[in-house]
Order: sequence, then C-alpha cells, then structure tokens
Amino acid sequence: MTSRKVAKRGFNLDMAMWLFMRLSALALYVVGLIGLTAALIMGARTQTDIFTLIRWTFFPNPSHVFSSDLVNLDGFINQFWQIMQIIALFFGITHGINGLRIVVEDFMGSSVWRLIWRGFIFTLWLFSLLLAVYVVLAS
Amino acid sequence: MALKRKVGFFTGLKYKGGGPMRAWTLHRVSGLAMVLFVGLHIIAGFLTQEFGSETGIAINTIYENWIFQLLIFFLVIFHAVNGLRVVILDIWPALLEYQREAIWLEWFIFIPIYGLVLFVVLKDALGA
Repeated sequence: MTSRKVAKRGFNLDMAMWLFMRLSALALYVVGLIGLTAALIMGARTQTDIFTLIRWTFFPNPSHVFSSDLVNLDGFINQFWQIMQIIALFFGITHGINGLRIVVEDFMGSSVWRLIWRGFIFTLWLFSLLLAVYVVLAS
Repeated sequence: MALKRKVGFFTGLKYKGGGPMRAWTLHRVSGLAMVLFVGLHIIAGFLTQEFGSETGIAINTIYENWIFQLLIFFLVIFHAVNGLRVVILDIWPALLEYQREAIWLEWFIFIPIYGLVLFVVLKDALGA
C-alpha cells in the first residue's frame, strides 16, 4: 500500500469539510433547541412522551406529529416548520454523509476506488437530500 | 514512502488509548449507526407516506421498540456531547492540554441526561 497524495496546503475540500463539520454540528444544536423549546411551549409538557418530544425537536412535520397524541396540529403545519426541517435535513444529512466519507477514506489508499467512492457518496448525498426534502414538502 | 499498517482487528483492540480512544471509537460507531438509522427512516417515511407500504411501517415499528429507543438515545446523546467537546477544543486549541479531563467531564454530562432517558423510557416500557 502506498501513502496517498496529500492535497496542497491552504483551503481545499478537506479543510472546507472540516470547518463544515464543526459549523453544522453547532447549527444542529441551534435547530434542535429551537424545536425542543417550541414543542414544550406547544403542548409537549402535558400531552406527550419522550419519543414524541424528540420527533418534534428535529423534524416537526405533520406526519410525525400525527403519530403522537397531540390534539391540535395547527401550530406545526406551516411554512416555518417546513423551512426548519429543511435546514435540519441539509445540515444533518451532509454532516452524516461526510462522516461516512471520512470513515471509509481512512481505510482507503489512493487508488481509483477513492474517486469512485467519492462519486458514489456524492450521489448518495444528493439522493437522500432530495428524497427527504420531498417527504417534508409532500407530507 | 510506503505505508505499512498491517494491524489486525484484535491487535488493534489491545491498543491502550484510554478515554480519548474510546471516545473516538464511539463517535465513529455512533455516527455510522445514525447515518444508517436516518437513511432507513427517510426511506421508510417516503414509502409509508407515498404508498402506505408495509415495509416502511415494519421499519418504523422497529424504531418505536423501547430497546431500540434506548440504543439510539445512547448513540445520539453521546455523539452530541462528544461532538461539542471536539468543536470547543478545536476553537480554543489551548484547551487541548486538558483533553482527558474534558472527556471525563463529558461522561459527567452524559450520565445524568442518559439516566433521565433510562428512567422515562423504562417507566413507560416496563410499567403497567
């Protein structure tokens, strides 16, 4: 096994993704705390269990909320929560797929497989993101 | 320069990395588990929502099981707390000197939160 070629110093993909991982983690904290606070205000204190609370924290879409015991869904069926979910999905899926890329590339040399893997992981990222956004908008 | 790293899985387990190594391993394992979980959940949600699919419902039924809930809560909370540690130490590299203490602190934050989860989930699952 030969060592892989390291990219030039300065701002490259690895640096950009390194920064993105940190920023998206913080963004997910913010999105999660907003969802948690809103869920507690809108009835989670008295009408729910811990699983439902987590559903609302990250993905308060109507079908999620529908499978919980909340009586009034109106607070969750609006564009604000759709935008919040799309933000959470973008940061969450990109963070996760990039993590998968990093873990696998740690075990990979610099063969052509690395390029194939990157193509595959990019397709997977695009597919998951589009599918998830579709589920949110169509629910 | 050729890179020789022929270390078997069980030899690797004997590496005495201590707390930081455990945190690193758990961070990776929990991350991969969450990618699998969220990916399947998106597909299950899509199938259920569009076609009322039995497969989608079956996948989501597994996710609602209390044992699975305990597992996923462990992974998510650990990944979140450990990730915050990584972010904070990366922003202030001077703190890297206290990495081991930071990991102890992490477990002190993790245990009460997970204890609460254990209490609520088990009360719900085992209580009448």
